[in-house]
Amino acid sequence: MDAASVKGSALLANQAHQKGKATDRSYAKKLTLAILLTVSGFLIAILGNLLIPQIAEGIKTPTYELGALTVDLNGFYRLVLSGIILLYLLLGFRAFFDEKYRAKYLRQARFRFVMGLVLLAYDICGTKLRITPQPFFPGPAQILETFLIDTQQIYTNLLYSLRLFSAVFFSGVVLGVSTGILIGWFPKAYYWIYPVLRLTGVIPAVAWMPFALTMLPAPFWAATFLIAICSWFPVASQTAFGIKSTPRTQFEAARTLGAKTPYLVFRVAVPNAMPQIFTGITTACASSFTCLVMAEMMGQPGGLGYYINVVKVWAAYYKVFATILVMAILFSLILAVLGAVRAYVLRWQKGQLV
Amino acid sequence: MSEKELEIRDVSRIYTDSGNAQANGVEALQHVNLDVYEGEFVSIIGPSGCGKTTLLRLIGGLDLPQAGEILLHGQAITGPDPSRGYIFQQGGLFPFMTVEGNVASGLKARHLYGKKKQDVQKYIDLVGLTGFEKAYPHEISGGMAQRVAIARALINEPELLLLDEPMGALDSFTRADLQEKLLEIRQKSGATMILVTHDVDEAIYLSDRLVIMTPRPGRISEILKIDLPHPRDRGSEAFSLLRSSILEKFHLASAHE
Repeated sequence: MDAASVKGSALLANQAHQKGKATDRSYAKKLTLAILLTVSGFLIAILGNLLIPQIAEGIKTPTYELGALTVDLNGFYRLVLSGIILLYLLLGFRAFFDEKYRAKYLRQARFRFVMGLVLLAYDICGTKLRITPQPFFPGPAQILETFLIDTQQIYTNLLYSLRLFSAVFFSGVVLGVSTGILIGWFPKAYYWIYPVLRLTGVIPAVAWMPFALTMLPAPFWAATFLIAICSWFPVASQTAFGIKSTPRTQFEAARTLGAKTPYLVFRVAVPNAMPQIFTGITTACASSFTCLVMAEMMGQPGGLGYYINVVKVWAAYYKVFATILVMAILFSLILAVLGAVRAYVLRWQKGQLV
Repeated sequence: MSEKELEIRDVSRIYTDSGNAQANGVEALQHVNLDVYEGEFVSIIGPSGCGKTTLLRLIGGLDLPQAGEILLHGQAITGPDPSRGYIFQQGGLFPFMTVEGNVASGLKARHLYGKKKQDVQKYIDLVGLTGFEKAYPHEISGGMAQRVAIARALINEPELLLLDEPMGALDSFTRADLQEKLLEIRQKSGATMILVTHDVDEAIYLSDRLVIMTPRPGRISEILKIDLPHPRDRGSEAFSLLRSSILEKFHLASAHE
């Protein structure tokens, strides 16, 4: 290497170094701005709620004890907004250290800012000025008030829904996977059971409702039956499909290693079918939510669907919205947990399928 | 010469049950006879469609002949067995298991994992994959994957290792690397090896005997003994002479059609 090229490469290295430093500094600045942007939307929403007067002033809003605090609906709303701000501050703090998460946080900053503004507009139209048709479209503060008025009912009904869902959904999945293995592995089972599966699978589960309600001993069993049907079909057909599409080489390789049938089924075919099984479970999960709420509305002694039915009678639409909010959070959480389990079980697939 | 291990007696295989109309009635193997001796390295070579893979599958017990018989130490082969390790061209590894899991699966399939756990690391080391125990098949190269497959077969201590174009899908550098590894493994394990390949150089480089097959119907046209000492030099005159004489034989065989 001659002197000039040595000098050149040193220069290049130096430039690269400076560039690296520059990007370091710029991300800190960028992230700080993003955090401020994220938080400011909700801050504006809080200020709006504080400063804009209620149209019907003089009416005393009821207050609630919340630990050491005494709040009315607007106070509680601002408290929730402060909670959101705190959460995003903490997440922003995390983004400083977690490079992967940082990109996500930066990307979502604009959306979160606008979310705050939308809440402000909604608060003004719904609660403050009451421009939206009442009582059908209550403001965010009124919706949140539900959690102060009916804390116990929402909690009980949430647990009821969760209990029914998890018990039946899991048994449906277990039943579906077992049927799927039978159909996928034994040609005779395929011949006899698959047509039944095909036929019952296309029927919307809700169509069984009258039958389930009259023929089964209790509404609980009717709901159980419906949700089980909902989850059974997609899981069973996807499992069977996955097992049938296992490459032949996989079985041959296992047989040359001395594997017998149980090994071939549970250690070769089932793991090979796992991606399809999870596709089935995700589909089943979504349709089970529908079935669950429907069944609860049609004659369950409890649950979120039941609660909607009850409060609807009193035209308490803010409570209906509150329940919908709970459902959105609950079902998203369930899907997120399912996604995490799936990512763990299928970690061998990473990078292979996108 | 050592003892006779494998005897292939007048074996024929015709595909009639295939859904593919073109393949129907095709005589994949016609009256094939071959003896393999203990510790030998035999390569089966020929153009595609000559039935070399069919023959290997029959020896592996993955398929059965319609006529004739295949005897291992005088016993007819009726199905696959861990004493006859089989390496597939590709896709033989379990994608959902790590390198370690794949190698261990050879033991787990026979419920011997509890007793021989420590063998897993031994065979991973033998094929030179130390440090890759926790990797999944999609994370390693094709050559490494084949070495995992070899370790998985060897953990069952087979007397016969059947290799179905294991280097067919590899680039030439990885291929040469794996060939060396194969000779080394052969020396360490003492297993008899039967290799199916369409690469003349590879066959000459590795084998004691070379079985040349011709297609339609698939049959053995010639068996060549290769006496060159190891390590063989691909550039040597003897090597080149062998190569051109084998290629000449293929040329003649195809001219007959």
